[in-house]
Amino acid sequence: MNNSTSLITIFISMVIINNLILTKFLGLCPFFGVSKKLSNALSMGAAVTLVMVIASLATSIIYNYILIPYKVEFMNIIIYILVIASLVQIVELTIKRTNLILYNALGIYLPLITTNCAVLGITLINANNNFSVLQSVISGLGGGLGFTLMLLIMSGIRERLELADAPSSMRGLPAAFIVAALLALAFMGFSGLL
Amino acid sequence: MEIEKVKPIKKFWQEFKKGFVITNPVFVLVLGLCPTLAVTSSIDNALGMGIGVIFVLLGSNIIISLIRRFTPPIVRIPVFIVVIASFVTILSLVFEAFIPPLYEALGIYLALIVVNCIILGRAEAFASKNTVFYSIADALGIGMGFTLSLFIVSFLREILGTGKLTVFGLNLFSIPVLSQLPLSFFIMPPGAFLVLGLLLALFRWLGVLKNE
Repeated sequence: MNNSTSLITIFISMVIINNLILTKFLGLCPFFGVSKKLSNALSMGAAVTLVMVIASLATSIIYNYILIPYKVEFMNIIIYILVIASLVQIVELTIKRTNLILYNALGIYLPLITTNCAVLGITLINANNNFSVLQSVISGLGGGLGFTLMLLIMSGIRERLELADAPSSMRGLPAAFIVAALLALAFMGFSGLL
Repeated sequence: MEIEKVKPIKKFWQEFKKGFVITNPVFVLVLGLCPTLAVTSSIDNALGMGIGVIFVLLGSNIIISLIRRFTPPIVRIPVFIVVIASFVTILSLVFEAFIPPLYEALGIYLALIVVNCIILGRAEAFASKNTVFYSIADALGIGMGFTLSLFIVSFLREILGTGKLTVFGLNLFSIPVLSQLPLSFFIMPPGAFLVLGLLLALFRWLGVLKNE
């Protein structure tokens, strides 16, 4: 992909075709950890989407206007992780001050996001593809929404899976992995879309 | 003198074994899943990733254990992250310079070692509380346990997915029918989830892991 890739293409590709969880295996810890209840999944997904969009914006500005002109692209790992960690703190404080209801819904998930590989992953994908600032924001939004979609589907399935009479060694995590395998197989069907 | 000399080495092995088998990061603690699934489509990539993680874990454990007395507890997490990110940067520069094919194959997952929960977890739970000597044991044990897990998953995926076993360009053996009609499902993303899920279930069934 290069600068001529249209925004719609990037968005659709991030949401369903190159879904972060199913094809890139990013953000699996929350995928298997949080996806036991539908309401938690929605809050987590919203928090991740918010952070991804802001992080994509900030890191692509840094990458395009600081790292590339000064030829220090190799420093992106250290800079990105610091930017994301501080952004998460800022977002947490801002939400706490402005909207207490939202804070109660998202609060406990925000600190977990710092070490969520999906957020760092999407900023690195943006950098590897040389996306412009606008393209990065769209890709961040798409990535976040794709992540939320997967979390919702997974939690819906797992709520029912709890009631299933599975052999004891398959219960819980192994069964969740098998479900993820079937989901990934189903979503591979979208790969011819673009 | 003799006893004092033997004791630390014995404890060194205990810490090593603990990380390697008893608290194996992938199969027991279920940590570091992203690389476990993403890079295990071939044995080469899995071993490359394993070596990378051992290097970063060793470096970060040594440095963090050396500076543990001067690190203020409030800012310890940012300090840990900067130390880890520095080692990952060194690693990715070295891989890019000396083994470009592996660097290309691992892609963003090399950089994502930074957010691998295993490394930050060991820094927080072990290196920041123990001496350098035992931190090295812990890093080697956990790192090699992680590499072993990656190897098991990638071994199964490569055998089933390609019907052959190729290590660093050397074709060790190929299975007659399977290599002509490989189950390429297993080297694609869904195969990764399936193999790891079945392995977890198998280890539970064998009684190695506890049921939920």
